[in-house]
Amino acid sequence: MIEQFVEAGSTYARNIDNVILLIGVLVGFWWALSTGVFFGLILKYRAKPGVRAKYVPGTSKVEKKFINIPHGLVLVCDVLVIIAAVQVWVHVKQTLPEPDYEIRIIGQQWAWTFQHPGADGELDTDDDIRLVDELHIEVDKNYVFHLEATDVMHSFSVPIFRLKQDAIPGRTITGWFNATITGEYDIQCAEMCGIGHGVMGARIHIERGEQHAAWVADQTPTVATVDAQ
Amino acid sequence: MAEHAAEHALDDHGGGHDDHHDVSFFHKYLWSTDHKMIAKQYMFTGMGMAVIGAFMAYVFRMQLAFPGSEVPGFGAVSPGTYNALVTNHGTIMIFWVAMPVLIAGFGNLLIPLMVGADDMVFPRLNRLSYQIFLVSAVVIIYSLFVQGGGFGGAWTAYPPLSAKAEYNLTPQGASLWVIAVGLEFVAFLMGGINFITTAMNSRAPGMKAFDVPIVIWFLVIASILFMASVGPLIAGAVMLLFDQNLGTGFFDPNQGGDPVLWQHLFWFFGHPEVYVVLLPAMGITADVMCVFARKKMFAQKIVIYTAIATGVLSFFVWAHHQFISGIDPRMANVFTVTTVLISIPIAEMCFVYIATLYGGSIRLTTPMLWALAFVAEFLIGGVTGIFLGASGTDIYFHDTYFVLAHFHYTFFPIAIIGTLAGITYWFPKMFGRMMDETLGKIHFWGTIIPFNMTFIPLFFLGAAGQHRRIYDYSNFPELAVPWMQNLRILATVSLIVMLVFQVVFLFNFIKSALSGPKASKNPWQATTLEWTTATAEPGHGNWPPDAMPNCYRGPYEYANPGREDDFWPQDEPPADTEEQA
Repeated sequence: MIEQFVEAGSTYARNIDNVILLIGVLVGFWWALSTGVFFGLILKYRAKPGVRAKYVPGTSKVEKKFINIPHGLVLVCDVLVIIAAVQVWVHVKQTLPEPDYEIRIIGQQWAWTFQHPGADGELDTDDDIRLVDELHIEVDKNYVFHLEATDVMHSFSVPIFRLKQDAIPGRTITGWFNATITGEYDIQCAEMCGIGHGVMGARIHIERGEQHAAWVADQTPTVATVDAQ
Repeated sequence: MAEHAAEHALDDHGGGHDDHHDVSFFHKYLWSTDHKMIAKQYMFTGMGMAVIGAFMAYVFRMQLAFPGSEVPGFGAVSPGTYNALVTNHGTIMIFWVAMPVLIAGFGNLLIPLMVGADDMVFPRLNRLSYQIFLVSAVVIIYSLFVQGGGFGGAWTAYPPLSAKAEYNLTPQGASLWVIAVGLEFVAFLMGGINFITTAMNSRAPGMKAFDVPIVIWFLVIASILFMASVGPLIAGAVMLLFDQNLGTGFFDPNQGGDPVLWQHLFWFFGHPEVYVVLLPAMGITADVMCVFARKKMFAQKIVIYTAIATGVLSFFVWAHHQFISGIDPRMANVFTVTTVLISIPIAEMCFVYIATLYGGSIRLTTPMLWALAFVAEFLIGGVTGIFLGASGTDIYFHDTYFVLAHFHYTFFPIAIIGTLAGITYWFPKMFGRMMDETLGKIHFWGTIIPFNMTFIPLFFLGAAGQHRRIYDYSNFPELAVPWMQNLRILATVSLIVMLVFQVVFLFNFIKSALSGPKASKNPWQATTLEWTTATAEPGHGNWPPDAMPNCYRGPYEYANPGREDDFWPQDEPPADTEEQA
């Protein structure tokens, strides 16, 4: 149901959307059932003159079934939700695929700095491309990112990827994504980081291979001057 | 029986206090040790703070609906002001509205009356508790007006932002915020000691554990949860205060500290805190529902066991607030399991509440409407929590408006709907007068409909990726689209409508308290002990010393088949005992 609002743009976006759908169906069922019964009972048992309420302590075995059966069914639903959620969590957050590229993302008040690998495809070499609030990646490639923060907590959030990860000063957090669509999309800072939190957006540019290669080639001279400063 | 009466007569804290006509205004209203007066002090202070918190919501919702415009009654909202408003709205609504009204207000009002005691066990400690609370309220309000403005680092106050003035730009506001919250905890610790001790030790003769009304059970469980969880946060608050002012580095990685430590300390308290305010509201709802459905609570023991289970489980779920905060990702799996499992006791409670309506004789009075609305609205808050407690989906929903809508669907039913159920129900006990039913129902519908129209749109905004605490979404092209802006305007307009309808409540409340029709002793024909006092609004001491109530049965004996009346008060001696006497 999330795709109706935000495109699914990474390999795992659909997995997360499917779990959201699963939970939506399960809790939707329980919500509709309990709300329906609830209002049904209110309508049915409105006070009528001369009619006394029933005396139902709810302690007999038969009465307790009304609690115990739904209780068991909720447990079954819980197990389904846990399995689905843990599965997708392990895939997104606990496993790291073989990277095609590595990038470094640095959050600071109130901008994102993206360190891209240059023409050699390797991070932390002389031809790295550093850009502020602009991330360029190639579609269908495994990207492993190293997320850092220099001052306060930030959170690197790319809604189309369904990806969010806090950046913590003093730590480097590693994660990954693999984009499946091209175009230009929002990056947000999702953790309160001070008065500039509301302007700490960036854009992600997802490009095809040749497009991306052209962009890298284009950037190389600029970067040399930036480094010289 | 005679022995019991003699015991009570020895207690010099008897019912004669209200005979003293020379009690000054100061001693009666401001320096009182009467639990009912302290309850009112807490409630009125909480209601005053609610007005402030609501005004803040009005201002920042106006900014969101009409970014950059002058908000009538406030002026333009700068980013710093916006952050301070959302931060203090959250802080005030939880710590200075929900806590004082639900725990301290209803705890003070109900515990002695419903267990049949003349006052709290430690009345002076009780008075001190309120006084410290009042100081904390003054400090948090003052913090909004100091140089640099109020603290704006979100109500969770994550360091390093909250720890360093160079980052948050509110050196005084941030420290005063911590001090105010700390003082408030001290106040509630004193209250908690009183609540637990009074309910354990001062029960009327004959009142066994399961004769104690559910609301009292829940208030006591909530107090225990609070006292068991608040320690780590107080330690954290002291460390934060030191980091802010003494240059220590508990949360500063450059000095060997760890910012995530605060999150653990905060949420170790923060999650049980949800149940600290939820349980009293659920207790109020249970009592009100039983009275107006004329029903015995369905499986009363199960409700109490599930509340205890919820309380215990709530200590093992805190890291679901931190799934994506950089903790070891394997921890998320453990906390997903505990968090999703908490749905079992909570769902069970909801089933029990619904089952209680079965076979009832339901009277839709104003208190009953609020109680039923609590269940209906809280169900929405409950089911939407699953999306957030499941680690895999929280990756997307974390820190979006979906979270915000979810917890407003829990906290609004708790702090506002549950409270209003309680206030409208026990109003005759507090003021000896009845509230106006027509105005009560106008207020009910004028609150419930706009409430849903305010927060349902926020679920959609959150699902569309709108993240929190942003003063103007025009910086994010995907969030600045017209349909989303229209939903923001809808939410703001609905909020304003809801706020306007609160005037109806205030009018009804004040007018009824001063000149409403006199209430009879037991206007709702309820069974619990608070309705057995000599007058509708008892004086200090609650019952005359020679007429303290005894308890003979459970709290919800409605429609008992062996009785002609459809209610059987807890203090009415069984027929055979009377014969023996």
